[in-house]
Amino acid sequence: MTSFLIGENMTGGYGAADILHGCTLAVERGQIAVIVGPNGAGKSTAMKAVFGMLNLRAGSVRLDGEDITALSPQDRVAKGMAFVPQTHNIFTSMTVEENLEMGAFLRRDDIRPTMEQVYDLFPILRDKRRQAAGELSGGQRQQVAVGRALMTQPKVLMLDEPTAGVSPIVMDELFDRIIEVARTGISILMVEQNARQALEIADTGYVLVQGANRYTDTGAALLADPEVRKSFLGG
Amino acid sequence: MDFLNALVVFANFVLVPATAYGAQLALGALGVTLIFGILRFSNFAHGDTMAFGTMITILVTWALQAAGVTFGPLPTALLALPVAVGVTALLLLGTDRMVYRFYRKVRAAPVILVMVSLGVMFVMNALVRFGIGVNEYRFDDGARFVVDARTFREMTGLAEGLAIRSTQVITLVTAVIVVAALFWFLKRTRTGKSMRAFSDNEDLALLSGINPERVVAVTWIITAALATTAGVLYGLDKSFKAFTYFQLLLPIFASAIVGGLGSPIGAIAGGFIIAFSEITVTYAFKRVVTYVVPENPAPEGLMQLLSTDYKFAVSFTILIIVLLFKPTGLFKGQQS
Repeated sequence: MTSFLIGENMTGGYGAADILHGCTLAVERGQIAVIVGPNGAGKSTAMKAVFGMLNLRAGSVRLDGEDITALSPQDRVAKGMAFVPQTHNIFTSMTVEENLEMGAFLRRDDIRPTMEQVYDLFPILRDKRRQAAGELSGGQRQQVAVGRALMTQPKVLMLDEPTAGVSPIVMDELFDRIIEVARTGISILMVEQNARQALEIADTGYVLVQGANRYTDTGAALLADPEVRKSFLGG
Repeated sequence: MDFLNALVVFANFVLVPATAYGAQLALGALGVTLIFGILRFSNFAHGDTMAFGTMITILVTWALQAAGVTFGPLPTALLALPVAVGVTALLLLGTDRMVYRFYRKVRAAPVILVMVSLGVMFVMNALVRFGIGVNEYRFDDGARFVVDARTFREMTGLAEGLAIRSTQVITLVTAVIVVAALFWFLKRTRTGKSMRAFSDNEDLALLSGINPERVVAVTWIITAALATTAGVLYGLDKSFKAFTYFQLLLPIFASAIVGGLGSPIGAIAGGFIIAFSEITVTYAFKRVVTYVVPENPAPEGLMQLLSTDYKFAVSFTILIIVLLFKPTGLFKGQQS
């Protein structure tokens, strides 16, 4: 069976040396896939490879059965993929509303309903919509970043450590919102440092080590696996 | 009465000229700041872009005058301005295609782009000298004064006269219109917002599907309009001379940096700060002081802090002070 989005046997890196070695990531429609692993395992690199920000020397990326390996990131946005980088993921000098408008830049239809959906998902953004995004707190900025990505009405949302640098309470809340997004039928592929909490909400979990898949299973199974717990979840 | 006379002298020789000069610098600095914000380099060719645009304006003005077309009380140059903006925009777009695009593609460091713009500056420099020569040209026609000194004296009965030249009023009105249009464009239109987004966070702008080549092209066109307008207003107010425009680069950069590179509001504020400092510091205050303190004999000297020959030192000094104490400028521009 083929997944909705799959990066298969991806091999490549930024320069001469490969970072990814035959890494495979996949996510089903409306499900959440989480990538965890130690520092330097190539988690973010694998995400960038799926999004076309890295040249692959081997392997392929397919979206809904279509081979998109050769497409640029911008073309992938047009195909229904959205990416939230780990840092620098908002336009700090622009208002929250302008951030959302820029997210919908490629759309020519009415974006008001989508904007309302984002405001319903993140009510605090509605109150702050006239404020510069750079003035918001860390958690609110992450909400703006996710909201911007949702404005293209993507089929796949890719998040690179969405909870980096936010408090535990905000983190729980963000995870709840991410589950809500997945329930609307959007596939979610994300990298997380907070492995335990992330695997709890994951339909599929990938444990990467040195640019290759070490364990792949459902989130619950990985959490239950003593090997995984010992090596990657701190017991 | 003496106090009023002092005020009139001050207005005539400092306030009015500095306001006009400030508006001209502000328009020039806006172009520099826009290029810095979006293309991320300091464009040394800006002064000569102004010279090129003004040259085209003068040539078209002469053609219009030869054909017997005038603009009533307004300078004919204002009719020629839109044509010159178009020609300058073509020149800048052509330069971008032939020169800058390559360096963008190889993701050259900003300092390399600055050097590239230096080369472009020399080419434009030569273009202008070939086109119109190195002489000084005056090309304003139409009414010379809105208020002249004699009328003012008769109207008010003061000993001192206040002259407001029509070019000074035109400068201010045009600058206000251009700045308002620019801010409206940047704040309200889709293209303007995409330019701000690109300036704010280039990678994220690309991820949002904003076409960088289009943003760059629009930036050059706006720069052409700003540079040509600034150059023509300066030329109308004073005169056109290729070398003077090259020298304008310093106060213009000082304005942009003082206000904060990348910040449009800063560029405007910077323009007026530099203009007022330059003119205040180099103005001989003798007459003003004589009116304010009449019981004393007139001061010996001219009461001039610096000779006008040193006016560029003023820009430099302000530049250094700001860079020492507030390196991002008064309005917090971008870091390069």
